[in-house]
Amino acid sequence: MEGLLIKDLHVSVEGKEILKGLNLSLEKGKIHTIMGPNGSGKTTLGFVIMGHPKYKVEKGEIIFKGKNILELPPDERASLGLFLGFQYPYEIKGITFQHFVWRSILALKEKKRNGERFPKNFIEFKKELRKKAEVLGFDEKFIERDLNVGFSGGEKKRAEILQMLLLKPEFVILDEIDSGLDIDSVRVVAEAIESLRSPEFGALLITHYQRILNYVRPDKVYVMYKGQIVKEGGFELVEEVEKTGYKIFENS
Amino acid sequence: MDNSKDILTIDLKKYDFRDEVEYVYTAPKGLTKKIVEEISHLKEEPEWMREFRLKALDIFLKKPMPKWGADLSGVNFDEISYYVKPTDRKGTSWDDVPDYIKKTFEKLGIPEAERKFLAGVGAQYDSEVVYHNIKKDLEKKGVIFLDTDTALKKYPELFKEYFGKVVPPTDNKFAALNSAVWSGGSFIYVPPGVHVDFPLQAYFRINAANIGQFERTLIIADEGSFVHYIEGCTAPTYSSYSLHSAVVEIIAKRGARVRYTTIQNWAHNIYNLVTKRAVAYQDAVVEWVDGNMGSKVTMKYPCVIMKEKGARAEIISVAYAGKGQHQDTGAKVIHLAPYTSSRVISKSISKDGGRASYRGLVKIIKGAKGVRSNVNCDALILDEKSRSDTYPYMEINEEEVDIGHEASVGRISEEEIFYLTSRGIPESEALALVVLGFIEPLTKELPMEYAVELNRLIQLEMEGSIG
Repeated sequence: MEGLLIKDLHVSVEGKEILKGLNLSLEKGKIHTIMGPNGSGKTTLGFVIMGHPKYKVEKGEIIFKGKNILELPPDERASLGLFLGFQYPYEIKGITFQHFVWRSILALKEKKRNGERFPKNFIEFKKELRKKAEVLGFDEKFIERDLNVGFSGGEKKRAEILQMLLLKPEFVILDEIDSGLDIDSVRVVAEAIESLRSPEFGALLITHYQRILNYVRPDKVYVMYKGQIVKEGGFELVEEVEKTGYKIFENS
Repeated sequence: MDNSKDILTIDLKKYDFRDEVEYVYTAPKGLTKKIVEEISHLKEEPEWMREFRLKALDIFLKKPMPKWGADLSGVNFDEISYYVKPTDRKGTSWDDVPDYIKKTFEKLGIPEAERKFLAGVGAQYDSEVVYHNIKKDLEKKGVIFLDTDTALKKYPELFKEYFGKVVPPTDNKFAALNSAVWSGGSFIYVPPGVHVDFPLQAYFRINAANIGQFERTLIIADEGSFVHYIEGCTAPTYSSYSLHSAVVEIIAKRGARVRYTTIQNWAHNIYNLVTKRAVAYQDAVVEWVDGNMGSKVTMKYPCVIMKEKGARAEIISVAYAGKGQHQDTGAKVIHLAPYTSSRVISKSISKDGGRASYRGLVKIIKGAKGVRSNVNCDALILDEKSRSDTYPYMEINEEEVDIGHEASVGRISEEEIFYLTSRGIPESEALALVVLGFIEPLTKELPMEYAVELNRLIQLEMEGSIG
């Protein structure tokens, strides 16, 4: 399978088991969403897919593009085309936003990932950056600022989306990308995600609000509860959860 | 037994030792009056310098080892042979240069001839032409730029007027040691109103004495002049000596501006104990830009004494302490006159169990009204094994002053690195990015080629491939 396949995944952090035999098959060309209450392990799932060093995989496999990626460091996973939009992006002093993204692109180019789609040089990169920054409502000065330093909650989230657009990933996991965004920004961000929709692009939106799903229409919906996927379906599942809450999954 | 590893380096090309063969002997280890006299004699120095050296030796022998700073118990003065062996003109051989230094040269892309020069095993003849052109240009302006030994011969009066005045031998044990056995270093005099518009670099000097063990540098910037002097380079400096103890003295007269940039990366066995001090007269500006990497222990606190009103001091330093290293560095600003001002920016990085200490002094005497002083020191600790400490000393005896002091200790978290690597940047590069961002206040003050080299070196350190 071309997408992201997760088999019987058990993950613990600091001795506590968080994912308890999770199975998930995320096809390329589709937009997926995972819903679930706080503490169900959604963020952990995103971190583990990307290779966070604190999360220990006890058992199971994560297969991307037919390759088990569990042994790969985060940068290698990125070079395969994965991207994680963080719920709480870190503030990094001394590196400007544009400098950081350009360095990332150079690193990806070096690993020969979709080289022809990346800008040839810094000047071309700047052009693309300006255009896309403007779409996301950033002004000229923003890209010269240190990465996420002093950004508002909403700016950080939009900056994650801007990074996503520039790094041209093949499969993205966006963790609570809509939290901290005002309603206009939710729409802008949703449009950015929709604009990437293609047979060559897949996404997993992690959310416990339904709000963004009014603008990005997921093809598949999963409900996560206590470290497992307990139900899957189409968009109707979003409405069902909206009505009943997560309580009904208690005994599933 | 080959004694060549511990001999004192002097510029042997400049003296004809064939006539001095009778003085060649195998000296006992340890520093004695006889050895000091011998050095002075070989250099054909005037009587006053001989006396100066001998007096300094007395002071050195009387002063106890400083106990307030880094651990110096590994320095054994009796194990160092101060003997000058004229027949061994190279002092060290390429085979003695440790592999890790050779590898670093390679990774930095330093040409073969230069590598040998930097390792102290040969002179850098390639730059001779460049040096001569610079020399001609300077001579036209009346600038003197010589090695210190030659300067003493050619300009005895000028030399005597200033030498040992800013850093007297009584200052500290290592200044006394240097005063007793000094050799090599740079001597610069810039006449009134003359601006030297390119940096003078010790690097271009063709004698190997530059990177000797006890070099002595003296810079006199006359009224309204400007000069930028650069010492060292980012490539690792190999020396078979375990002790490097230099003295640098700067005199900035009224309205003059002197910038002194040091980038040093000593081999990991070296005790680097250096005294650097400047005196700034009315409206003069002295800037120390100081980058310290390598060595086993470094103790270095560039100092500016502001003697007349309007004088200004700017001290920017970066220290990197890796495995087994202790960088005890900082700055001293001494305000002896009203309306003088100082700014200190200190950045330290410790990794792999290294220890970086900031030790600084701000002194303002009574009556020095309107003084402004700002000290900012930031430490970055890269892992749990490493350490950083801050020892800021203040002696403020005047109330009408404006003083600021800020200190911070930062760590790079696993999460931050994860965030950066998740975009495709390898871990070592992500670390380097954060570190380079941290030391940017220093790198932006460096000439381009030095900044580029320093950045590359930090990257190599982050790869853990050095040392």
